[in-house]
Amino acid sequence: MANVLAFAETRAGALRKSALETVSAARMLADAAGGEVHALIVGPPGIASAAERLGAHGADVVLVCEHPGFAPDNPEAAAAVVAKRLESGYRAALFAATAQGRDVSPRVAGKAGRPLAADVIAIDVTGDTIVVRHPVNTGKVIATVNIAGTPAIISVRPGTYAARGDAKGGRVERIEPVGDPSASRVKVTELVAGDATKPDLGEAPIIVSGGRGLKAPENFKLVEELAEALGNAAVGATRAVTDDGWRPHSDQIGQTGRLVSPDLYIAVGISGAIQHLAGMRTSRTIVAINKDREAPIFKIADYGIVGDALEVVPALTAAIKEAKKGH
Amino acid sequence: MKIAVCIKRVADMEARFKVGSDGKSVDETGLKYDMNDFDGYAVEVALQHKEKTGQAEVVVISLGPDVVQETIRKALSMGADRGIHLKAATVPFDNFAIAKALAAELSTGGYDVIMFGKMSIDSANGAVGAIVAELLGMPVVNACSRLELKNGGGTARRELEGAAELLEFSLPAVVTIDEGIARARYPSLKGIMAAKKKPLESKPAQLGAEALTVVKLELPPERAGGRIVGEGAAAVPELVRLLQTEAKVL
Ligand SMILES: Cc1cc2nc3c(=O)[nH]c(=O)nc-3n(C[C@H](O)[C@H](O)[C@H](O)COP(=O)(O)OP(=O)(O)OC[C@H]3O[C@@H](n4cnc5c(N)ncnc54)[C@H](O)[C@@H]3O)c2cc1C
Ligand SMILES: Nc1ncnc2c1ncn2[C@@H]1O[C@H](COP(=O)(O)O)[C@@H](O)[C@H]1O
Repeated sequence: MANVLAFAETRAGALRKSALETVSAARMLADAAGGEVHALIVGPPGIASAAERLGAHGADVVLVCEHPGFAPDNPEAAAAVVAKRLESGYRAALFAATAQGRDVSPRVAGKAGRPLAADVIAIDVTGDTIVVRHPVNTGKVIATVNIAGTPAIISVRPGTYAARGDAKGGRVERIEPVGDPSASRVKVTELVAGDATKPDLGEAPIIVSGGRGLKAPENFKLVEELAEALGNAAVGATRAVTDDGWRPHSDQIGQTGRLVSPDLYIAVGISGAIQHLAGMRTSRTIVAINKDREAPIFKIADYGIVGDALEVVPALTAAIKEAKKGH
Repeated sequence: MKIAVCIKRVADMEARFKVGSDGKSVDETGLKYDMNDFDGYAVEVALQHKEKTGQAEVVVISLGPDVVQETIRKALSMGADRGIHLKAATVPFDNFAIAKALAAELSTGGYDVIMFGKMSIDSANGAVGAIVAELLGMPVVNACSRLELKNGGGTARRELEGAAELLEFSLPAVVTIDEGIARARYPSLKGIMAAKKKPLESKPAQLGAEALTVVKLELPPERAGGRIVGEGAAAVPELVRLLQTEAKVL
């Protein structure tokens, strides 16, 4: 009962970085509870090839459930497999608080008859109790939440636990789907892929976000060029610009968009409205570029530059390229 | 078509929050309250469907103390047909407990579609809708950014990180509503008058034990930020140096 189940997220047949973070968080929890980490992965035939990486990141056992009905995505059937497995007795089940994890985890909670401790930014195990920390009221208040009973069902905010190379056996064990996955009442008919060559908001350790201060949609090119120069960076946006159709809604960061926690967050031409801060204030380092010295974003930024984004961003892009050359 | 929409009363997030004297609840003095944003979008989606097809009943349900009747009245003034208040002294933090009480009521309604917000912006769990679906044995589509309901089924779109998915589902179903799908309308004066006469039934919520409890609330540590490195492009070299040597993120 001290074992921890980690749901390993995939998209289009490939492991997501969040899967490795989930396994790493589960490792920490299992070590504290004196148990094993069982990573669980569902997908079309061939998905078992991901097992090795899960083992390398801390899974003692990798439970693999392969079926053609899991492609392109099948949250209903995935949740059924996880819930069924939980019946054999686990201390906790961990998910990433990503679009997929947020879809599957409450289904599992419902099936297991348990509440979901969602979007946590810390997990503490002391003896028999698991206590988590979770931002409430758009991150303006942090709740410490006690989870009584087992299993504890938890989703973890991406970026909270870095993927660690804590290699374990990763022994593969095949498990069966529950019923026929192809018969799900909810069917994903199409995965509308984004640009696969660019890191996305769920994975990137660096996020460069633009707001209305960029003045025009075409100026987002400057933000994209900065992201490209940084390498591992995704592009985000405020609601002001997603509302105006400058950027897709899926790029929106904030209270009603994505909640992110990257290592570095660069806010360009963003005022720092509380609804925006709600989605990014837990980022490790925050940089703001804004022409208004009084903009609220500077209050939470570690480093700020007061100036015109259209001038500062290209200079920053050039300086980053230069700095990278030196490496 | 019979549509239920579950709505939650939440504090206005513009406020500067203070922790109450018990250390585990928010001090309510001076706070303003309104319908959870996502639930407002859900009410709007339900009403638009009703207006388009001309044949739907929209029932709104809220669990909480008597004051949640104000939130129900707001939905009625937007155009919902009737309200159900599940009376509880407080709204528990435990999302399974909330879901169970809502499911007990929803199971008797014969609804074709049960709508929720993607999440409540105060407790921020995004859990109640899907748990209700499991308790009722219904399919669920979470965080719809588009939704089309037909007889016997529907289609939806969900936003992922850097991608999206299109889905098909059968009715009856639970759907939870994301932003971007519809703006909640403001109640008209006529709507406000009409709402006063619409039926609003109040009954006790059947809340079970709670396994998820808030033991402490605190304000996040103030970020030690606020350091302006400089002005204009001239400040860029210093910023890059700080990111490399101090923050160590490059
Ligand atoms: C219920 C609700 C939910 C919301 N959810 C979200 C959410 O999830 N995410 C979100 O982002 N917002 C959200 N909002 C909107 C939020 O309140 C703000 O309106 C929005 O974040 C503002 O976006 P912005 O910073 O791009 O624009 P503005 O507030 O207009 O700020 C633009 C900034 O750019 C600066 N600027 C102008 N020109 C330049 C220049 N040349 N160079 C540099 N800087 C310049 C200005 O000084 C200003 O600070 C929500 C609002 C509500 C009511
Ligand atoms: N007390 C409540 N009364 C009615 N509906 C609720 C209540 N709490 C949550 N909900 C619904 O469940 C959704 C998700 O809430 P949560 O899981 O708390 O994020 C909300 O958007 C509402 O639609």
